Amino acid sequence: MSYVELSALDLMLAALLLVVNGAISLAFGLRIEASLAIAAVRMAVQLLAVGYVLKFVFAQTSPLWTLLVAVVMVLVAGYELMQRQEGRFRSWLAYGLGNVTLLLVGGLSTLYAVLVVVGPSPWHAPRFVVPILGMVLGNTLTSVSLALQVLTEGAERERAAIEARIALGATRFAAFSTVQAKALRTAITPLLNTMSVAGIVSLPGMMTGQILAGADPAEAARYQIMIILVLTGASGLGALAAVYGGVLLLTDSRHRLRLDRMPPRRAAG
Amino acid sequence: MLKIDYLTVPGLPPVSFDVAVHECLAVEGPSGSGKTRLLRAIADLDAADGFVFLEGIERRELPGPEWRRRVRYASAEHAWWGSSVAEHFPPCAKLGRMLSALGLAADVLGRQVAELSTGERQRLGLARAIADSPSVLLLDEPTAALDPVSTALAEELIKLQLMAGRIVVLVSHDVVQIERLAHRRLKLADLGRYNEWDSAAA
Repeated sequence: MSYVELSALDLMLAALLLVVNGAISLAFGLRIEASLAIAAVRMAVQLLAVGYVLKFVFAQTSPLWTLLVAVVMVLVAGYELMQRQEGRFRSWLAYGLGNVTLLLVGGLSTLYAVLVVVGPSPWHAPRFVVPILGMVLGNTLTSVSLALQVLTEGAERERAAIEARIALGATRFAAFSTVQAKALRTAITPLLNTMSVAGIVSLPGMMTGQILAGADPAEAARYQIMIILVLTGASGLGALAAVYGGVLLLTDSRHRLRLDRMPPRRAAG
Repeated sequence: MLKIDYLTVPGLPPVSFDVAVHECLAVEGPSGSGKTRLLRAIADLDAADGFVFLEGIERRELPGPEWRRRVRYASAEHAWWGSSVAEHFPPCAKLGRMLSALGLAADVLGRQVAELSTGERQRLGLARAIADSPSVLLLDEPTAALDPVSTALAEELIKLQLMAGRIVVLVSHDVVQIERLAHRRLKLADLGRYNEWDSAAA
């Protein structure tokens, strides 16, 4: 199998394509040429830095290094999760909920994928753990974020209906059941769509990467199938944990609705 | 007996009163005087200091849902979480009789909530609150959207509940209705004035 290394010159040739966007910005007065340049430089620096960090970590033999990278990834994903909540539900409790969910679900799914399904040697080989954890976190992040979004919006919009059920003697989970179901369905839908179109509309990123790196496409497909199944499971579990925790946060031990725990919407601007 | 002991709803002075079985107490006061907040606190829908006892059991001794199955708050506007009427009702043998007592056709359970008139919704909401036989009914403007005929039917149903041994706390702007239903009255405005006097002296 042939694997073509990219030189700095190759990257610069690719960077020429950015000029197209710069030209569009200038021609149509979008005034984003500076932002484009900064974003491109950021992207390059971030990816190169990650590349060198991973190169270092992959060279280590202690599982502690893998663990350290994993913890940093979870914390960053937790921060990103709260950023996506659009000013809603941003207490430290909610941040904790996001992080615990990602840690629990990301950790469990990754361990399952690495230990039970792939089974590399040594078991903590960062070459397997880090990319799988990254994909799991990225997808769980999306599903958890969607689930919390739909849950909090639903709690506000359906406030009267939820309180009516509470007044009729429903437990908090029974009172939230309609909103819960909607939140879970919304959270699982992206991966449902991914599975339906995988390989038809586009080749998934990991499979593409493996093929470019010289792997047998049939082998790459098997890996991709495994990953999508793990991601689907992780997303479902993540959404479930987030919705469960979210309902607990939005209610109290007396099963009362506590929307006051949700900070008010940030004023525009 | 429902015993309210020093219940402190935010914005109101502490309230204490008893309501006996078979008894209807009317809570009166101008808009904003805290009638709804008081009823919600009794049903433990909002946090409040003080005690509420039902037959000697304080509300915190029971899980919230269990308390609210016995002490039922029925809001002025009933909210609906499903699209069909039937999914809002627990299986209940007496339901058909109760619906016809409120002047509702038996097939109303098969209809969609969106098709109902305001008056039909209010009567269904009342039936929903009563259907599983709670011990205490905290009724917040139970007939506000009803015509005189439906109001009379709803009042008859409330009287039947009292005869069956329920405790009723009624909030209503209709003074004639209060005269027809209530055995005693509690005026929140008086309590408010007491509160002003109290804070001025402090």
